Amino acid sequence: MNLYPVRAIYMAEMARTRRTLLQSIVSPVISTSLYFVVFGAAIGSRISEINGVSYGAFIVPGLIMLMLLTQSVSNASFGIFFPKFSGSIYEILSAPISYLEVVVGYVGAAASKSIILGLIILATSSLFVPLEIAHPIWMLTFLVLTAVTFSLLGFIIGIWADGFDKLQLVPLLVITPLTFLGGSFYSIDMLPPFWQTVTLANPVVYLVSGFRWSFYGISDVSLAASVAMILLFLAASLATIAWIFRTGYRLKP
Amino acid sequence: MNDPIITIEGLNKTYEGGFQALSRVDLTIQRGEIFALLGPNGAGKTTLISVVCGLVNPTQGHVVVDGYDSVSHYRQARERIGLVPQELTNEAFETVWNTVSFSRGLFGKSPNPAHIEKVLKSLALWDKRNNRLMTLSGGMKRRVLIAKALSHEPRILFLDEPTAGVDVELRRDMWEVVRGLRDNGVTIILTTHYIEEAEEMADRIGVINRGEIVLVEEKAALMKKLGSKQLTLQLHTPLSALPASLDQDELSLAADGYELVYTYDGRQEEEGRGISALLTQLERAGIGFKDLHTRQSSLEDIFVDLVKERP
Repeated sequence: MNLYPVRAIYMAEMARTRRTLLQSIVSPVISTSLYFVVFGAAIGSRISEINGVSYGAFIVPGLIMLMLLTQSVSNASFGIFFPKFSGSIYEILSAPISYLEVVVGYVGAAASKSIILGLIILATSSLFVPLEIAHPIWMLTFLVLTAVTFSLLGFIIGIWADGFDKLQLVPLLVITPLTFLGGSFYSIDMLPPFWQTVTLANPVVYLVSGFRWSFYGISDVSLAASVAMILLFLAASLATIAWIFRTGYRLKP
Repeated sequence: MNDPIITIEGLNKTYEGGFQALSRVDLTIQRGEIFALLGPNGAGKTTLISVVCGLVNPTQGHVVVDGYDSVSHYRQARERIGLVPQELTNEAFETVWNTVSFSRGLFGKSPNPAHIEKVLKSLALWDKRNNRLMTLSGGMKRRVLIAKALSHEPRILFLDEPTAGVDVELRRDMWEVVRGLRDNGVTIILTTHYIEEAEEMADRIGVINRGEIVLVEEKAALMKKLGSKQLTLQLHTPLSALPASLDQDELSLAADGYELVYTYDGRQEEEGRGISALLTQLERAGIGFKDLHTRQSSLEDIFVDLVKERP
């Protein structure tokens, strides 16, 4: 692997983040803070503790996960979609670089942004609610794995999308609903038994549950199931990307 | 001169919709030459370049760049090539300096500010190095694309319609830049549908039409065809045969003997024959004519002949 092209792509993508600081960092932080004000302080004070954790603190991992998923997907999809849209993708395709290098550059940059964002939101939330992190290593592992996996998914969406509408489609219609219904704001114990079973089909449940376990040691599903689910996701995304590059899908006629 | 830097063999490209853009293309580009690929819109010029540069997968055939197969050894092949695309495609918010440096890194070269500076200066972009691309004029954007293509010191430069939509002055400037590159040993392949451009720049000219290479020739040989003129005399009385008193080499009869056609170039005049000598001879032979016209065949004619509907 030649590191110069990887670094060129990575740095160019990070420079794009700096140019759009307001949109890529400030706005997610503000919207997350609003969740804390509404759910944590206003409504949360009337909700009883869940497994010994105050409601405000309970929703922190779910909120970080929500931002991590949506921002990873949108950053990575935009990063590869824009050159495709503007035509400057010709340069990437004609460069003497392997597909692996392209992916590491784009996905690495998108994942880095999401991880930084996740840590900023974590720091912000500590201003609103008392936080404890029981398993910091696991917490970071989940953070990184989720950011990378969903950046890969975003990369796939960016290649698949042939218009700005499709770029928004998956984050809006799939990622956001799954995250809201995936136990970000509640424990699935609170649901009627039938819906508990249905919810187990939602992959985001496993991510939120595992991430929350790393904070408070409480979880809806087992740690092993959470880790297995995220690795499954990762493998599926990698396989799809390998297929895209092998066939030239939507990149090379 | 036979030192090929690009060898294209049996190249076919059929797009998904069934459109055949290239058909059995064989082409050899010599090291250090300027090769002009001439053809009407939709002839396959861009597709051919795109296959060589790795933007389009060929259906059949292969391309060897400086000894390296463009698919199996794509790294070695592509690092030798710089591509200036036809469309003005840019990251609008980047500065000139950053986008050109990005291209160098992307092609796997270590940073070299001195080289970037040299490239920007040679293209008169140095003053604009901190400008964002969207603030530049169309001609400047075109130069930025050339700078990006030269950032990694390629041995081969593809220019896809480099002067489309560019004013005359800038066109002259670009020709200067291209010549300067050739003098430094860079092989240049340019596509154009301006015949003037091919005439001005190229060492060899290839004509492509409907995905097929219909002609590849030294420009000098083409210009020889180009340089010939025809004088047509319309006679009062038809001739059944050319009189023996005339120099017959360049003469022929047409229109049932009503027209006498004289084909010539600069050579006859130098040898003391030429038009005036012919007219004197005709007077002596008693051949009268009521009208005459001359006509110069141009590369345009050759081109139109080549690309017009063929059975």
